Amino acid sequence: MIGGLFIYNHKGEVLISRVYRDDIGRNAVDAFRVNVIHARQQVRSPVTNIARTSFFHVKRSNIWLAAVTKQNVNAAMVFEFLYKMCDVMTAYFGKISEENIKNNFVLIYELLDEILDFGYPQNSETGALKTFITQTGIKSQSKEEQSQITSQVTGQIGWRREGIKYRRNELFLDVLESVNLLMSPQGQVLSAHVSGRVVMKSYLSGMPECKFGMNDKIVIDKQGKGGATEEAAGKRSGHQSIAIDDCTFHQCVRLSKFDAERSISFIPPDGECELMRYRTTKDIILPFRVIPLVREVGRTKLEVKVVIKSNFKPSLLAQKIEVRIPTPLNTSGVQVICMKGKAKYKASENAIVWKIKRMAGMKESQISAEIELLPTNDKKKWARPPISMNFEVPFAPSGLKVRYLKVFEPKLNYSDHDVIKWVRYIGRSGIYETRC
Amino acid sequence: MPAVSKGDGMRGLAVFISDIRNCKSKEAEIKRINKELANIRSKFKGDKALDGYSKKKYVCKLLFIFLLGHDIDFGHMEAVNLLSSNKYTEKQIGYLFISVLVNSNSELIRLINNAIKNDLSSRNPTFMCLALHCIANVGSREMAEAFAGEIPRILVAGDTMDSVKQSAALCLLRLYKASPDLVLMGEWTSRVVHLLNDQHMGVVTAAISLITCLSSKNPDEFKTCVSLAVSRLSRIVSSASTDLQDYTYYFVPAPWLSCKLLRLLQCYPPPEDGAVKGRLVECLETILNKAQEPPKSKKVQHSNAKNAILFEAISLIIHYDSEPNLLVRACNQLGQFLQHRETNLRYLALESMCTLASSEFSHEAVKTHIETVINALKTERDVSVRQRAADLLYAMCDRSNAKQIVAEMLSYLETADYSIREEMVLKVAILAEKYAVDYSWYVDTILNLIRIAGDYVSEEVWYRVIQIVINRDDVQGYAAKTVFEALQAPACHENMVKVGGYILGEFGNLIAGDPRSSPLVQFNLLHSKFHLCSVPTRALLLSAYIKFINLFPETKATIQEVLRSDSQIRNSDVELQQRAVEYLKLSSIASTDVLATVLEEMPPFPERESSILAKLKKKKGPGAVSVELEDGKERGELNGGGDRGGDAAIAASNASTPSPSADLLGLRSAAPVSGAAPSAGSLLVDVFSEAGPAASSAGVNDDGFLSALHAPEASDSPLVEGPGDSDSAPPSAASEDPAPPLPESDELLNKFVCKNNGVLFENQLLQIGIKSEYRQNLGRMYLFYGNKTSVQFVSFSTTVSCPGELQSQLNVQTKTVEPLVEGGAQVQQVINIECLTDFIDAPLLNIKFRYGGALQNISLKLPVTINKFFQPTEMAAADFFQRWKQLSQPQQEAQKIFKASHGMDTEVLKAKLLGLGTALLENVDPNPENYVCAGVIQTKAQQVGCLLRLEPNAQAQPGEQMYRLTLRSSKDTVSQRVCDLLAEQF
Repeated sequence: MIGGLFIYNHKGEVLISRVYRDDIGRNAVDAFRVNVIHARQQVRSPVTNIARTSFFHVKRSNIWLAAVTKQNVNAAMVFEFLYKMCDVMTAYFGKISEENIKNNFVLIYELLDEILDFGYPQNSETGALKTFITQTGIKSQSKEEQSQITSQVTGQIGWRREGIKYRRNELFLDVLESVNLLMSPQGQVLSAHVSGRVVMKSYLSGMPECKFGMNDKIVIDKQGKGGATEEAAGKRSGHQSIAIDDCTFHQCVRLSKFDAERSISFIPPDGECELMRYRTTKDIILPFRVIPLVREVGRTKLEVKVVIKSNFKPSLLAQKIEVRIPTPLNTSGVQVICMKGKAKYKASENAIVWKIKRMAGMKESQISAEIELLPTNDKKKWARPPISMNFEVPFAPSGLKVRYLKVFEPKLNYSDHDVIKWVRYIGRSGIYETRC
Repeated sequence: MPAVSKGDGMRGLAVFISDIRNCKSKEAEIKRINKELANIRSKFKGDKALDGYSKKKYVCKLLFIFLLGHDIDFGHMEAVNLLSSNKYTEKQIGYLFISVLVNSNSELIRLINNAIKNDLSSRNPTFMCLALHCIANVGSREMAEAFAGEIPRILVAGDTMDSVKQSAALCLLRLYKASPDLVLMGEWTSRVVHLLNDQHMGVVTAAISLITCLSSKNPDEFKTCVSLAVSRLSRIVSSASTDLQDYTYYFVPAPWLSCKLLRLLQCYPPPEDGAVKGRLVECLETILNKAQEPPKSKKVQHSNAKNAILFEAISLIIHYDSEPNLLVRACNQLGQFLQHRETNLRYLALESMCTLASSEFSHEAVKTHIETVINALKTERDVSVRQRAADLLYAMCDRSNAKQIVAEMLSYLETADYSIREEMVLKVAILAEKYAVDYSWYVDTILNLIRIAGDYVSEEVWYRVIQIVINRDDVQGYAAKTVFEALQAPACHENMVKVGGYILGEFGNLIAGDPRSSPLVQFNLLHSKFHLCSVPTRALLLSAYIKFINLFPETKATIQEVLRSDSQIRNSDVELQQRAVEYLKLSSIASTDVLATVLEEMPPFPERESSILAKLKKKKGPGAVSVELEDGKERGELNGGGDRGGDAAIAASNASTPSPSADLLGLRSAAPVSGAAPSAGSLLVDVFSEAGPAASSAGVNDDGFLSALHAPEASDSPLVEGPGDSDSAPPSAASEDPAPPLPESDELLNKFVCKNNGVLFENQLLQIGIKSEYRQNLGRMYLFYGNKTSVQFVSFSTTVSCPGELQSQLNVQTKTVEPLVEGGAQVQQVINIECLTDFIDAPLLNIKFRYGGALQNISLKLPVTINKFFQPTEMAAADFFQRWKQLSQPQQEAQKIFKASHGMDTEVLKAKLLGLGTALLENVDPNPENYVCAGVIQTKAQQVGCLLRLEPNAQAQPGEQMYRLTLRSSKDTVSQRVCDLLAEQF
């Protein structure tokens, strides 16, 4: 289990140090600083083993969070915990920065006491935590309230308390996806996958029972078997189904029901939660196509031409488009011409960065650059790193669609129709690269 | 950022560096550097020519980036351009870049070399210095190739500025150290030596470093520097502290130069010229006198400088080792330092005294400080100082103070640091043995040693005590008694049990008369320790038990009971089990007479070099040689026949001068260890070995012949021998003519018929080793003459002659050897041999030298025999018999029938036949017991095919075994000669 947890700033100074087990000594703090933060070579692995002690770290802006253990723990569990820890801190005081951590360090220690016990992760649900760890000082609670908290924290539904009431019952659903791609210069897809999350923000009264449905291929096929053939079923439902490679759910989802009937039913926590995470690799809609053209003119000149094509409905608008074209290490000067957006040579990053604010579907745009090179003694050839791209599109590149989200609250007098529901799709780029 | 001076400040550089230092993270730093690199690239690429200042600035930035650990792959050209600038700062940065970022890029190297050449030939001294510094900093082979010829010229040119001369001298030194083959001094030598007379002290200081390095490689060429150095030294030493102005350091005139001069003089023997020597002695005396003067300053630098010169002077005095007066004074001076409050001084004093102690002149003087040194051993806080104190005690020990020193060392051992314990134990053991007057003291000391520091007592130490007890009748009873008492302690070390087991097993009967140590009591005492011991010790104890059965028949029942118990006879360890079973059977089957014969008391061990000394040598490496040589001098005192001391010296010389034959003579130094360590090879040998120690050591030796040579000599030098006449001249006439060959030389020759390497000859003074190789009709032989004494051989000469008709048959060329052979040293001689035609006689080797005034004259036969030129020939059975028949004329065949003088061991026979040089043909002779060989003798005139057949009658009784040897060759003389040679071998 986790033996200790340290938070460092960018200089490697310890901001928070919480040791849960005796096998972790003080020197562990220094070991991580020396071997990871101040390492001569950049450490890329998130797990480092130093003197039989394992360090798991995540980095948020300039802040390092490191969990330390001497035992053989489940690494995925530790990282899950670290991410949760980040979420909890963000929920309490916003952005994780050195200043925020310094300002809230009493709170952080309090949180650490609550969500980790002797190195074992405990309840880390923000909603539940907020009921008894508050930032507004100690509020004397009545006996009733205290016993309510106890029963809630130790009870079956630890993530939601009873007696919540809203005048307007509202529900927001975000489908957030990031699409990753590696493409050959000729346009062949070498690897592509989408990792997505369904995030739900609910303001519902009482203890509502929800049911979530999407165009999961298995579900749709099952329904289709009842009636006509597969295609007919697909057509009748009006949209394509998708194959989900793997998915994980929030603890509120009843897994037994999902295993048996593949239906997703749950009592949601109040406020925001991540309902599910999934990954797909088939039939991905690639929002952009990058066509590179690199020509070396002699030893001292390089001509680059890059065309990007948007590949979605013309009515949709992609945003925050950024294309990053790497330049050789001996670049001595760059001239750029582009039709749309702004392009600039950033010497500090050894790349040409081309930014376009908005772009509609089924359009194309082009940039051309002349790069002057300085002849060097080095015979090493330039490795030609891939051209990478960032963007945001208002649809789900995996093709996932929300079919329904039903709410039942038998005890209170509101029905499914009275709940106001909002659904939003956002597709972002993950590592979206094209070789040149 | 510190403010940069206006003159050559580069603002851009300062800003860049401060930017880098302010970066918060590694990524930010990399971004800043990338940006700067892009900027510099665009500047270098730009069409507009850069002025010198900006070029310098950018090259500086690149240098800084490189030193931060990033790769730089451009800018070299700009740096080279800077070299041709006329401004000092620009040139300096250019050279800096080149020396830091040099790579063997061909075109650039050419440009750089050009620039350097220009600067070297310029008249500007600062530019010349910059160029010289660059050459020295790079110091590569290419640089040496390009400039090794140029620099000496600059160094000795009359019009060169002093500062340039300094740089040139040091630059040349650097090149010489890097690639000595390229720096050829030759014609410059004398002029370089004369730099010692230079007006400028800086030049002298720089030049002397160069001269010291050069003269240590070829002292003869620089011999003239001695007198110059002496006169220079005397001028400095006699000067007042104000005379030398800049070169006076805290009132000490030119301390560095003085030290270097003294060190240079240490490369040479004392000057032969009386005047020079007188002057030098005067200087040394002055230095010693100055040490007595009250310090001119309280500053530590003053005393440091003064002491540096003093210590250097003392090491020169020790090096010369010829001025008793100076040695004693140096010793007294060091004695004062022994109580100085500076730890470093005490350390240095102890260290120097160690070497002083080995000089005959100052040995007595050193001894007066014994109390102080013992005190240092006990009270020093620093372990390294204590170590030196222990070394010094060891070095100053002689018969008069041995008891005191050994007692002190023993008492210190209880509290000694773990790191030096083993060495201390060895030293105590050696001193105790070397200076033992009565052996009960020796036994007491060693047993005490085992008691106090048992874990650190190595095997050799307790082997040695057993050897000595066995070889000395008078101490055996006492040893048995002492061991018995020591074993009664409730907890005693395993080594003690080993010694106890061995000694009681051998001599338990000597104390059995006392009812307190009756046989059964002895046995029970030993057996009470049995279960606490490791397997080898238990094995030894079992052997002791069987010896008990022989010594005391009354214990037989008890011991048989013990041997019969399951824990012995069914022990999981094979060795123990085997011993238990065999001993049990032996004790029950064999009659008392047989038992008494088998379990007889061990015969005395042959005296060899003390194995402990070898161990100490191994621990300390060649550095210990001086001490060992000292042992050689002392050898007459107690234990040494001439043999022992000589061995030590030869082994020491082997350790210090690695030569191809090191292992050849080293055989001997390895052998005693195993000979003395009965359990090294097979455990069964130790107590019980029927053959006795002589045989066991013979078994260890690779070649039986070696031990055969040693055996007679070893047995006649028992452990204790008065300072006998072993050093006297060997039996040979003291005339200038070559002595007639030694009577045994023919026999020696026969030993080498079937082998090429070994020891040809050995007496108390000299050992001659041989290593030879043959190819077709040519041969090469390496002779190694080892001086076994500690005194040098003078006018050593060797001649090889071919008597009579041999002159036309054999062509022998020798190289002359050095006329001086230092004590303990070994010289090598190469002999080239060409076989013109077949021959019978062997060439004669005559060795002449003077040892202590007496002329030694030894003649030997060189083991060159016709069979050395054999080329093995493989052939099938049919071929063989066909040829055999072809050579059927009676004069072509030679046959001999002779008695076997050795056993008929198949493997030994095969090895001998192969050693002869022929090919051993398998499956040729119809009788598998017979041996058949074929070969061609290669001479310059002709090739002689040779077939051989050896028929043993192995079935015959031992003693009546015979061989029939038949040889057929195309030449009758060859057949006869090879047959004669070979007949002696079986």
